[in-house]
Amino acid sequence: MSTPGSKLGLDTGVIAACRQAARRIADDVAEHISGRTTVSVERSVTRLLGVDGADQLEVPLPNVLVDHVHERGGLDRGIAHWLGNAMLAEGRSPQQIAEAVSAGELDLMALEQAEEEAIRERVLAETRTRLTEISRKFDERAAIRERLGDSGGTLRYVLTATGDVYEDVVHAKAVAQAGGDIVAVIRSTAQSLLDYVPYGPTTEGYGGTFATQANFRIMREAMDEWSEQHGRYIRLSSFCSGLCMSEIAAMGAWEGFDNMVNDALYGILYRDINIVRGLIDQRVSRMINGHFGVTINTGEDNYLRTADGVEAAPSVTASQFINHQLARDSGVPDAQIGLGDAFEIDVPVTNGFLFELAQAQLTRELFPDCPVKYMPPTRHMDGNLFRTHAADTMFNLVTIATGQGIQTIGVPTEGIFTPHLHDRVLGLQNVDYVFNSARDLGEEIEFKQGGIIQTRAQDVLGAAQELLERIAEQGLFAAIEQATFGDVSRRADEGRGLEGIVRTADGYLNPLVELMGQASYA
Amino acid sequence: MPREVDLSAVRPYADHLGDGLVQMSFTLPVPHSLAARKAALELAASMGFEEPEVVHYEELTEGYTYFVMYGRCVRTVDFASLQGEGFDIEYMSEDEIERFAERNLGRRIIVVGASTGSDTHSVGIDAMLNLKGYHGHHGLEGYHSFETHNLGSQVPNSVLLSKAIEVNADAILVSQTVTQQNLHVHNLTELVEMVEAEGRRHQLILACGGPRVSNELAKELGYDAGFSKGTYPHHLATFIVRELVARESGDRVPAAG
Repeated sequence: MSTPGSKLGLDTGVIAACRQAARRIADDVAEHISGRTTVSVERSVTRLLGVDGADQLEVPLPNVLVDHVHERGGLDRGIAHWLGNAMLAEGRSPQQIAEAVSAGELDLMALEQAEEEAIRERVLAETRTRLTEISRKFDERAAIRERLGDSGGTLRYVLTATGDVYEDVVHAKAVAQAGGDIVAVIRSTAQSLLDYVPYGPTTEGYGGTFATQANFRIMREAMDEWSEQHGRYIRLSSFCSGLCMSEIAAMGAWEGFDNMVNDALYGILYRDINIVRGLIDQRVSRMINGHFGVTINTGEDNYLRTADGVEAAPSVTASQFINHQLARDSGVPDAQIGLGDAFEIDVPVTNGFLFELAQAQLTRELFPDCPVKYMPPTRHMDGNLFRTHAADTMFNLVTIATGQGIQTIGVPTEGIFTPHLHDRVLGLQNVDYVFNSARDLGEEIEFKQGGIIQTRAQDVLGAAQELLERIAEQGLFAAIEQATFGDVSRRADEGRGLEGIVRTADGYLNPLVELMGQASYA
Repeated sequence: MPREVDLSAVRPYADHLGDGLVQMSFTLPVPHSLAARKAALELAASMGFEEPEVVHYEELTEGYTYFVMYGRCVRTVDFASLQGEGFDIEYMSEDEIERFAERNLGRRIIVVGASTGSDTHSVGIDAMLNLKGYHGHHGLEGYHSFETHNLGSQVPNSVLLSKAIEVNADAILVSQTVTQQNLHVHNLTELVEMVEAEGRRHQLILACGGPRVSNELAKELGYDAGFSKGTYPHHLATFIVRELVARESGDRVPAAG
């Protein structure tokens, strides 16, 4: 049966089967990762308990604390257990305890053990206080966002990547002035593989700027100032990905970030991060983002950078179903799930624009309440910046005609270098022109029954159903091993960060998961 | 009657022969103002452009102004002397390469490739090595005459080299796609130094590629060839197979451009 109101004539039965399969896949993932924690999840707990700073060797105190317990074999109880015990015994704050451990004055595991229930209560109370404080800040921010408003319609998401946080501020202001709504500071390329978050403001990075709490604060202050001065709210985004997904979620929450790229698959496929590690970290980072009203962005667009845009479309749709289900299971509501999609069909493909329109509309119809994040052409952009600018115009037209929630803007110099100051402005001007000129196009158009666009969308959805059912049969891990996504194969017993996974023991304590893990949008 | 181009003194061509018109755009870190416009004109004049013209300028953010300009370049370049210097080589097709390799080598050519250092982009190395290739041209994996090992992105130079030694590679391919502040130069240089330190420079063909890599840069850094935008797998394959055959027969051929 065709879905009412569908421009694509999508079959409700096929959609239901896709959701059903995604449900089975997500349940299987949950089973695979249950009973385990990771060093970065534990570090997130310390961060949400207020531990910050670094030692003389620039090792962040959350690492010092978690390593201290991990080396002594106690992480299976959770860092919160040992911190709570120390708080009871010493009457000191988590930060003071971290400093004492760092100074070698305190051995958390040598302290006398208090009653388990007393530890639990102490830690939960402390965590609750902290979460309430962050929530209050978020409510304030939501009020500012509401009061100042944005440019209306599709949010314009722009990447900056100078390596120097102070230069990023300049670029971000130019982005804001040209109509950008969300500024995302790309991280230094190798950061995703660091099993710690660097500390302090940074002015050197390659292909991006390190995500540190101090850099977050510098950007936030600059954009808040701009927003107040100009009466339009600028959102900030970073990357909850790599080996510190959940820690960056905690830092972003604390510093008032609005959006976060948050997809383990990206790190698993393209950074060779272990699958289990990535999915555990993802679950907790999404809990944090969901709890604080942060919009997450998933990374399906990336598959099309390594696989073919025409052939791999069903894998994008299938992954959207899976990511959607996994996000809901972590307590993220639809309004905060920015599923990924991209305009990546090679330029010379005849009717490529029609296929793009079909795919973009398909994503909107399958996830009407999710602010899809739509990505510009990158893979086939070849240094001819004038052709890229033309391709971006077509991309902008698809965006507005299908009403995408968030659009990463295309820049003419895509594929040459990280964009220069004026490249982004040119990109935003193109967006402005198309969005304004074709604002209500989506309301006006219908697609011919049985035409190229409808047929393409139905074919992609049908192939996505087959793929999802196959993945549900074999499990996500096996599917990834068979290079289902992005033509990249990864095994569950390999990859970076594997050594940071810890099996939890009876009495494992994680106040973050306990307090945040209650919401689920199954 | 059409005028003939003097190839020993060539100028940019826009509307008619010899006009020398060049289009350029840049940003100055100065406030948007008439003084800014004047500054851009003076800068273009000091670059050697005659009759510089600002056709568009605007504020990007406070204190930063963007310009689109034209200027007349009066200098010339001697194209005639550059012709026949071996910059342009004739590429073989996939079939020709297979036949050439079979006839002249009679074994598979082992190639190891990666995007090295912190570069996360595998698009370049994938286009060259993976079966799917690029724009309908198979990557080397699809050639019978090649055995390929694509190590992907963010590969340390040491890992790339040890893989090359392990599989007894004939050639190492390095891709540098998106880099900043000339990091690609550092990465590329490091690999050459490591290969030399291992005493294997002469057994290995070293080639690099990427949007900011040129054959000139590659040679300067100690590579046998560099490949820029617009390179297809059969270009690379032509170079490798010719170079290898030349080396095994004891003489050299001009490198690819």
